[in-house]
Amino acid sequence: MSRTFLGMPGIPHGTGDLGGEEPFPRSAARHLADHQMRANLAGATGTIRAKRASVVSELPDWEQLRESGRAVKEATMARLDEHLVELERRVTERGGTVHWARDATEANRIVTDLVRATGAEEVVKVKSMATQEIGLNEALEEAGVTAWETDLAELIVQLGDDRPSHILVPAIHRNRAEIRRIFLETMPGVDPGLTDDPRQLAMAARAYLRQRFLRARVAVSGANFAVAETGTLAVVESEGNGRMCLTLPDTLITVMGIEKTVPTWRDLEVFLQTLPRSSTGERMNPYTSTWTGVTPGDGPREFHLVLLDNGRTAALADPTGRQALHCIRCSACLNVCPVYERTGGHAYGSVYPGPIGAVLSPQLTGVAANPSLPYASTLCGACYEVCPVAIDIPSILVELRNQQVESGRKPSAERAAFGAVAQLMSRPRLWRSAQRLTRLGRLLARGRATLPAALPPPLSRWTRTRDLPAPPRETFTERWARERGDRA
Amino acid sequence: MTVDGRGAGMRVSLFATCVVDTMAPRAAWATARLLERLGQSVTVPAGQTCCGQMHVNSGYRGQAVRVVANHVRAFEGADAVVAPSGSCVASIRHQQAMVARRAGDEGLARAAEELASRTYELSQFLVDVLGVEDVGASYPHRVTYHPACHGARVLGLGDRQLRLLRAVRGLELVELPGADQCCGFGGTFALKNADTSAAMLSDKLASIVSTRAEVCTAGDASCLMHIGGGLSRLRAATGTVHLAEILAATDDAKEAAT
Amino acid sequence: MSAREEILARVRAANGAARAAEPEVPRAYRRSDGRPPGHPELLDLLADRLVDYRATVHRCGPGTVAATVESALAEALGPDRAEVLAAPGLPEGWTPPGAGRDDGRPAVRLSGCGAAVTGTAVAVAQTGTLVLDAGPVCGRRALSLLPDVCVCVVRADQVVGGVPEALTRLDPLAPLTFVSGPSATSDIELERVEGVHGPRTLHVVLVESD
Repeated sequence: MSRTFLGMPGIPHGTGDLGGEEPFPRSAARHLADHQMRANLAGATGTIRAKRASVVSELPDWEQLRESGRAVKEATMARLDEHLVELERRVTERGGTVHWARDATEANRIVTDLVRATGAEEVVKVKSMATQEIGLNEALEEAGVTAWETDLAELIVQLGDDRPSHILVPAIHRNRAEIRRIFLETMPGVDPGLTDDPRQLAMAARAYLRQRFLRARVAVSGANFAVAETGTLAVVESEGNGRMCLTLPDTLITVMGIEKTVPTWRDLEVFLQTLPRSSTGERMNPYTSTWTGVTPGDGPREFHLVLLDNGRTAALADPTGRQALHCIRCSACLNVCPVYERTGGHAYGSVYPGPIGAVLSPQLTGVAANPSLPYASTLCGACYEVCPVAIDIPSILVELRNQQVESGRKPSAERAAFGAVAQLMSRPRLWRSAQRLTRLGRLLARGRATLPAALPPPLSRWTRTRDLPAPPRETFTERWARERGDRA
Repeated sequence: MTVDGRGAGMRVSLFATCVVDTMAPRAAWATARLLERLGQSVTVPAGQTCCGQMHVNSGYRGQAVRVVANHVRAFEGADAVVAPSGSCVASIRHQQAMVARRAGDEGLARAAEELASRTYELSQFLVDVLGVEDVGASYPHRVTYHPACHGARVLGLGDRQLRLLRAVRGLELVELPGADQCCGFGGTFALKNADTSAAMLSDKLASIVSTRAEVCTAGDASCLMHIGGGLSRLRAATGTVHLAEILAATDDAKEAAT
Repeated sequence: MSAREEILARVRAANGAARAAEPEVPRAYRRSDGRPPGHPELLDLLADRLVDYRATVHRCGPGTVAATVESALAEALGPDRAEVLAAPGLPEGWTPPGAGRDDGRPAVRLSGCGAAVTGTAVAVAQTGTLVLDAGPVCGRRALSLLPDVCVCVVRADQVVGGVPEALTRLDPLAPLTFVSGPSATSDIELERVEGVHGPRTLHVVLVESD
């Protein structure tokens, strides 16, 4: 019997900003028409690909680092329960409080209650995929709390009332001229003479956020890593907005997916080498902060760690797909993906776009809620090649497609067609007859080398932009049999 | 002739692949002729159909089992199997045993693994098994080369196909800008995500046209059908020719024309 | 069942057989650079990497640290100088005249200072990284964050080759800040721009032994 993974009973999937209503092919078609976005993305991903390649080639032991990173993550997942308990113990020992959230709703409630308890009406935020996934800003808004995004790209997205389109650079779909316009239209007190020089734009963000950092009483962050043996959290960033949030407010609330845990301090020596080179193409990002609980006299007096499941344990139960949990959110796979480069991140409908999003989102929500994402790839393998923890994304995509088929949700016509072709392909004599039938296409071609463009679906989806050659007069196996006398 | 004698006298079974057999028979014919010219004895097992890749990659792994079983049966006992496709060989080497194993057929999985270890993409067979880079071909044309993704990334062909092309007499090789970018074919992706596929193709076509090459070649007929379909729609001056046909071409015009 | 118990139960259920198959983690990457801390090549490499990040590097001997810090401050701040604060435990011999000590004022008030002067816990040559450990010599985290100019003093023997060697020298329980150049962003068209929320100017004084 076929052993297909169809979810483990009793482990619920996640909720939140993880999938759109619109199937990928349709939303992709819409975004493909945005030529400005495509030009912006092609420029930006081209820049970052070159930078990444250059700094990765500097390390003679890159492949060894990659293999160690993969193995650390695999080993972590195998005993994730123990590592989480250890992490909780260490954080608590050092004066922090650990909360557990089964899903997005529970995590939002925990954070909202914590903020309310401080009496604060606003929070400053460090860019965090986990809080985007659960829709924390919207939940806080409903509770009357304003969340200020402080990462430059997040700020651009927030001010522009836009959606993030990239894991690392959420405003990658915007160019400098568009960012200038957003700032001029939405940033109170901005210099009307602002140009589109990136340095000037960054300075405008500095001025805008400075007072917010200085008056903030509560900060919300994500985490790149949590070291179980010491209870140490780590945030990797560039601008210093992370340091502001982690250092200045009285209360720090960190929301972290449970898969961000690593067992030992030493494990960071791998990821602190592979993450910056893979993400921004730097030897090291400008700032990495680590902290363990509360340090008297330095930084927040209260620290809360919210450990988030939201479908991660459901993904963990899939023998093939669980490796998607190894992701360290570098976004190298987005930057090299030919599909992402053309459709942009919004087409994926999830806060996790690109190749990793196409495997992670359906696993967090269940494939039924995200049925088109596993097909949003040519399986070209560029993502796997650059992944710093060697996640075999193409194999997971294929596995998820199989789950989608096995779930019985595929159109019956497609299923019947594949079934019939498989029958033919397992009976060589029938297959030869079927091959001969394709020659009927020669009638349509009327002596031309290619078939007419006006063909019925699904062939029309090919011939809309590509010619289809007329089938040859004779297959190879027929000719071989004729000329060489082999039985064919 | 530059064959150094390694692997001479082997019985090579040619796996034409379903796409080449049906839609690009000249590539298989060229493969057979080339291998014979290099001293190999070529057979074409009659039971061959398909490796099962299309089913596996479209999610029909269960359906693929019988296709894999047929493939393994068809090539039973072959000394070496050679196919003019990086993609199909990648599937044979990296998917077939998994397909059988996931269906609980350990016997088929072992047989598939055993067969996979004797299965080669054409350039792998030429460079690694026969130890040849100059196959004695002549092809006096301006050519650009697209390294198809599965061959490059799954099989790790590296520059084998390029080395073979560089040794072809008269061939002017023009570098393809953005060569490592996927052409947008992706099997059923070309139909299921037709708009994205077309967007990728149009960039690939622009790169190809910019080389002003007469011919764009690759080691996979399916990608070439996609690229060639696009070039033909554009009425571009560049055509597509499978790598095997270039390597099989010699000064003997009559032979080259077949 | 509490959320904690439930999530842990889900993890155990999901792991099943995978739990027993916990793999060994290979560590075949370079764990040591091979050159001892402070090796002249490492100092050159560190300086090169820092300059690549648009930091300014000054090299001096142990007897001229304060003077070098002073000239770095003069270069960064110009003539009308705002308040300069040194980390509370910065050695006297590194502290230029006129610099005050961080007196533990509320962190946000550090924003009004012109420059901070700190020591360093470890420096990584390959990546151009200085690690500050929030001890007396490096000062609290806000000190190296809020003033717009930061001057960090690094002793040659603190300079190691790679990241693994640095981590073994650090106390994970201390709040650590890994600094690689001035603050920067790549958020606009993925082009790097130096200077956002953290100090826009970073000077590094590299103290070589005589």
